[in-house]
This record gives sequence, C-alpha cells and structure tokens, in this order.
Amino acid sequence: MTEPLSTASSPNVECNPIGYTRPAPTVLELRVRNHPGTMSHITGLFARRAFNLDAIVCAPEGGGETSRMLLLVADEPRLEQVERQLAKLHDVLSVDVRVDLGPAFFTRLFAAKPA
Amino acid sequence: MKTTTGAALLRTLLERQGIHTLAGIPGGAILPFYDALHGSSIRHILARHEQGAGFIAQGMARATGRAAVCVATSGPGATNLLTAIADARLDSVPLVALTGQVPQALIGTDAFQEVDTYGLTLPITKHNFLVRSVAELLETVPLAFQLAESGRPGPVAIDVPKDVLNASITVGALPEPGRVQPPPRCADAPIDELAARLRAAHRPILYLGGGVIGANASALARELSRRLDAPVVSTLMALGAMPDDDERFMGMLGMHGNKGTNLLLQECDLLFAIGARFDDRATGKAAEFCPRATIAHLDIDRAEVGKIKSTALALIGDAADILRRLLDRLGSDEHQRVERRPLAGARGYDTPMSRPAWRARATMLRDAHPLHCPPRAEDPLHPLNLIGFLSEQLPADAIITTDVGQHQMWVAQAYPFRQPRTLLTSGGLGTMGFGVPAAIGAALACPGRRVACVSGDGSILMNLQELATLAELDLPVAILLFNNAHLGLVRQQQELFYGGRYSASRFDRTPDFAAIARGFGLRGVRLDPGGDPLADLADALAQPGPCLIDIPIHDQTNVYPMVPPGAANHQTLTAPELEPALATSSSHD
Ligand SMILES: Cc1ncc(C[n+]2csc(CCOP(=O)(O)OP(=O)(O)O)c2C)c(N)n1
Repeated sequence: MTEPLSTASSPNVECNPIGYTRPAPTVLELRVRNHPGTMSHITGLFARRAFNLDAIVCAPEGGGETSRMLLLVADEPRLEQVERQLAKLHDVLSVDVRVDLGPAFFTRLFAAKPA
Repeated sequence: MKTTTGAALLRTLLERQGIHTLAGIPGGAILPFYDALHGSSIRHILARHEQGAGFIAQGMARATGRAAVCVATSGPGATNLLTAIADARLDSVPLVALTGQVPQALIGTDAFQEVDTYGLTLPITKHNFLVRSVAELLETVPLAFQLAESGRPGPVAIDVPKDVLNASITVGALPEPGRVQPPPRCADAPIDELAARLRAAHRPILYLGGGVIGANASALARELSRRLDAPVVSTLMALGAMPDDDERFMGMLGMHGNKGTNLLLQECDLLFAIGARFDDRATGKAAEFCPRATIAHLDIDRAEVGKIKSTALALIGDAADILRRLLDRLGSDEHQRVERRPLAGARGYDTPMSRPAWRARATMLRDAHPLHCPPRAEDPLHPLNLIGFLSEQLPADAIITTDVGQHQMWVAQAYPFRQPRTLLTSGGLGTMGFGVPAAIGAALACPGRRVACVSGDGSILMNLQELATLAELDLPVAILLFNNAHLGLVRQQQELFYGGRYSASRFDRTPDFAAIARGFGLRGVRLDPGGDPLADLADALAQPGPCLIDIPIHDQTNVYPMVPPGAANHQTLTAPELEPALATSSSHD
C-alpha cells in the first residue's frame, strides 16, 4: 500500500527521482456538477497552484445535472498533485486519465470548423 | 407546512446547526437577515470591523473545533471579511462566512455595494456558494457546515442576494443539520507496515502538525511516543498537543524552533508526520530536511502526502482512528522488546541504536541548546522572562492568542502549553490583527476560562477597534502588549539579512496604549521598568475583567534561534555565532 511517489518542481519542493511519471502531455477527464461556478473552481485551481493547463472541452451530460470535462495538462511534473487537488473540489465528482487521448484530440475540434 | 422568508429560514437553519453565537456587522443587503435575527435565540456579537467579526468567529472555532459563523453585508462588508477567510483556509479552521449580496436583478450592473464575492472568495475557501433561489438555502446551509467540518476543515462562504432573503417559501420538513462526515477508513495494510517500520527504526521521530489537534488525537500521539519511546517535535500549529513538560517532547521545529530539535531531525531515520504539511517555515530548505529519514505520513488530505517531500508510506484518514489501530498493533513496552538488526555496511548515523540511546541523544541535544535568556532578576522585561512569568500567573487551561511577529515566536518558544487548543495563532497566513478578536471569540466560546492575548505594538493597531467590542462584552481577556516601538520581526530581518538598513520598521511616535484602552472603557496599565514591573503585571492580571497591559521591552531584542529564510534547518543561527556570519552574508530571501 505504498503511495506512489510524487514529483515536484518548485524551488522549495524536493524532486523525486523514483517517480510517478506519465508521459506529458496528459488528458484528464472530469465528471463535475454542472453549475455556473464549476468552471471557475477548476480553472482557478490551475491558476492558483501554477499548474499548466493547455486546453479544456466541457459538455453537459444526461439531464444536465453533471458535465464531463476534458483537460489537456501539458508538461506538468506535478500531475499527481493536480489530480489530487482536483479531486478535493466539491464540484468534481471523479478524475480519470484518458490514456487514449492526446493533444491531437483538441486540435481536431478546430479543424472541423467549416470555412 | 409553514410559509416563511429566506431570511427567517436562514436563521432557523443556523439555529438547527447549534449556532448560538455569531459575529458580524449589518448593512443594506443583509438587513433582512438581521431583521430575522431580532428575537432569535442566536446571540449576535456586533464587531466593529468585519475582519474583527471574522476573527471572533475564528476564535470560537479554534477554541472548540466546531464551525463558527461570521456575517457581513455586500461590497465592503464582504471584502473586509476576506483576510479572516483566507486565514481560516491556511490553518484549516471550520468557518461559515455569510454575506449579503445585491438583488439578483442587479448582479452584474455595478450596483451600489456590489462586488463579486463569489469570485473573491473562490480561491480562499474550501468551497463557496452563491445562492440563487430561496429553496437552495435548504440544501446549501447544511452542506456548508458539513463541508466546513468534514475531512480537512476549512472556511465555506455563502453569498445570499437580498431578493433571496426577502423571498417567501413554504417549507415542509426542514433538512437535517449538516454533520461531520467520517472520512473513508484507512486500510489495514499501511498500518501494519507502519507498525513494522516503527519497530525496526533506530531513530524514529514523531512530527506533529495542527491536524493532530483537529482530529482530537493528541493523547493518542502522546501514547504512541511513550510506547515507542520516541522523541516528538511539533509545528507551531500543534503546540499544546504534547504537554510541554513531557520528557519526550522536543519542542517546535523549524525557523524559530529549538536548535537541538532541528539537529536531531538531521539524524532521524524514520519520520512519522501526523497531520503536518511540511510547511517551509517548519522544514527550512525541503531538500535538506531529514536527509536520512524515510517518511511516513498520516493525513486526512491525500493531496498533502508527497506534496513537498517524497513519502514512502501514506496513511490517509482520521488520525485518531489510525493511531488507535496502530497502538493496537504495538505492545505496551514496544521499545524494550524490539530487536533491531544492524544494517548491512552501516556507519555513523546508520549504525544501529537502541531506543534508550536515541532518547538520550535527543535529551542531550535539547539540553545542550537551551533558549538564551538573562536571569529574571537581572532582566525581568526580557520577552522570554515575561512569558515564563505569564505562564506562572495563568491556569494550565488558559487560552493564549497571539498576533504576528517576534512576540508570537517568543510565545511559541517559551510558553509551556499543556493542552490542545490553548494556543490560538495565525500560522499559515501570519495575519497581524488576529490576536484581539480571536481572544474575544475564545472567551465567548469558553466561559469561565482565562484568555490572554500577547500582541505587539504594530499588530494591536490592526484590529484595535475590537477593544470597543471587548469592553462591551466585559470578557476575561488580558492583552499583553510587547511594546518595542518597532515592527520587530521586520526590524530583525533587516538587521540580519539587509545589512541593518532599517526601512520602514521603526515607529517614530508610539501612542499611549494604556490611555487608549481606558478610552475604550478597559483597564489600561503601563508597566514601569524602574519599579517592580512583574509585581505590577501580576496585580493587573489578578483583577477581574478585560485589560490591556502595555509592557515596554527592549527595542533591539531578536528571536533566536533563527534559520535564515531559504536556508536549511541545520544552519540555525544563534545569538553569539551570528555576528561574524552577518558581515559576509547577503540576503537569503
Ligand atoms: C497584515 C500583515 N501585514 C504585514 C505583515 C508582515 N509582518 C510580519 S511581522 C511584522 C511586524 C509585527 O510587529 P509587531 O506587531 O509590533 O510585533 P513584534 O514583531 O514587534 O513583536 C510585520 C509587519 C503581516 N504579517 N501581517
């Protein structure tokens, strides 16, 4: 039951060589409560903790009570911290890594725009 | 079925939460709620500034561990609360901040006294709400209390537009009050592993943080240290968890911690952190903190584990529950029966060591590095002597609040705290102005207890207006003003790290604080250094009712030991060694 070790990059934070490394960039999928403040809570967390966030896609699901979000987290050595801090937000119901997706998913969305 | 207004419903929901006292200041947007309070069983404490109200509520919450409530109107009322909310966030204090908001139809129009309270409180709360309909109150209010008190406690803000307060609603059954939700139970495997590691360790140390007090696990942590015969170090926030006179207690670690304590941590091979977050003021340069130790970390917040230091073993859950289960796995004389295998190729710090030898080492280091302070008879007004004297005058369960600065560190170093929740101090945010209103809150929450606020001549002015509240309430709060005519801690840093360039840290004029206190209707005393100041201090403390005691102290006394900001904890400066280091050192910031 040993916790995976985390990596970190701020000056007063010890970098850990044995790590919990996933290839960056990573796509996280969140299930969230759908109300006006949720997006602010999530983007605010990234800003406040100086985590990298490159792209967001969000859409309501089911009856609109909840939404799904895909976040492109680029080159973030503290990915595990990001996941844990996100999981603590009251409006975030689940956090998963979408290993099947990468940055191309987000660029394709814009490519689909008619001329 | 009963028809009521949003304001009356809000009041009822607070009453059902067991709130009997709250602190605030009324204003336009929140007036319907104040109208509903009229005739309620809830006692409203009229603060003189919303920040004061926020810290009065914090004083109640910190002294009891239960969520307390502060109230403000929209706009400036809400912005004035922000510091107290942010402070509660950093020290994990359960607080519910209730603010009025302009009517929803006006939101976004730059209406009179409109600010985006939701946006402002978002990054400084555990969670926040903007209530959009009167029916939402039924869900929001209990949930706010549940969130504030469950897991890692913290502040929750509820912003209520005036039209929601005025709206009527017909309510059937009222919701159950919000209650603490127990965290998921920690699995057995990591507790087994921790027990094995603690048994096998040669140089274990328990590192206690504020979470130990939050979890009401102080006695269990003490029992663990006894069973293991292991030394215990404490953060500022955990002072009081271990009685100061416990033979295994090593005092505070970190920037102004004991030198012996910081040195002992260098030798530790297993650091068991309990409800502590490896704050930079505690660890110094993190990479050099406990360089030889494996770290086991118990916390209710899994995001804290591995945030600063790599951690070998995580135990996520309630500290009381986990410590109880850990103790079940450890024999009552654990330290005697254990056989410790020598480590292959071990030398120096890695050699096996019996527990009694390790404890003897700890005691030796502690005794070799006492706090330096002239004898009381020679210098009764030395801050450390004053604090020693104060502790002799007050009962063991007295509650001490502090402001922020040198005086705060002297209290932390020298006051012999014996019980949890007897030191209330702003640790994470370090907010000057905390002390007086927090003392008022503590006195309100703990009738019959003595409360003393140790403050500085800088800090006291930051919530001075609350002396009016204190006088009105006539609570047993003594304010001890350590008056050095400086922003002392700033002056100290400028002396040590900025080449003695004293920029904006000296007061050219200091007010007559005793006269000011009297002006507010309190007893005000100034100690005379030429007379018998300690006898006068004892006299002033012996009289009933609130008072302010202005104590002239030396204006150049520094807090030692000190680890320079950014340095490693083993680079502790103590007074005599300091001078040569100074001439050559540049800024450490
Ligand atoms: C609200 C706030 N502003 C500024 C600071 C920075 N600061 C830390 S200690 C200090 C000086 C405190 O002076 P005083 O209250 O007289 O205490 P002393 O250090 O002299 O004991 C200052 C300005 C702070 N902690 N809080």
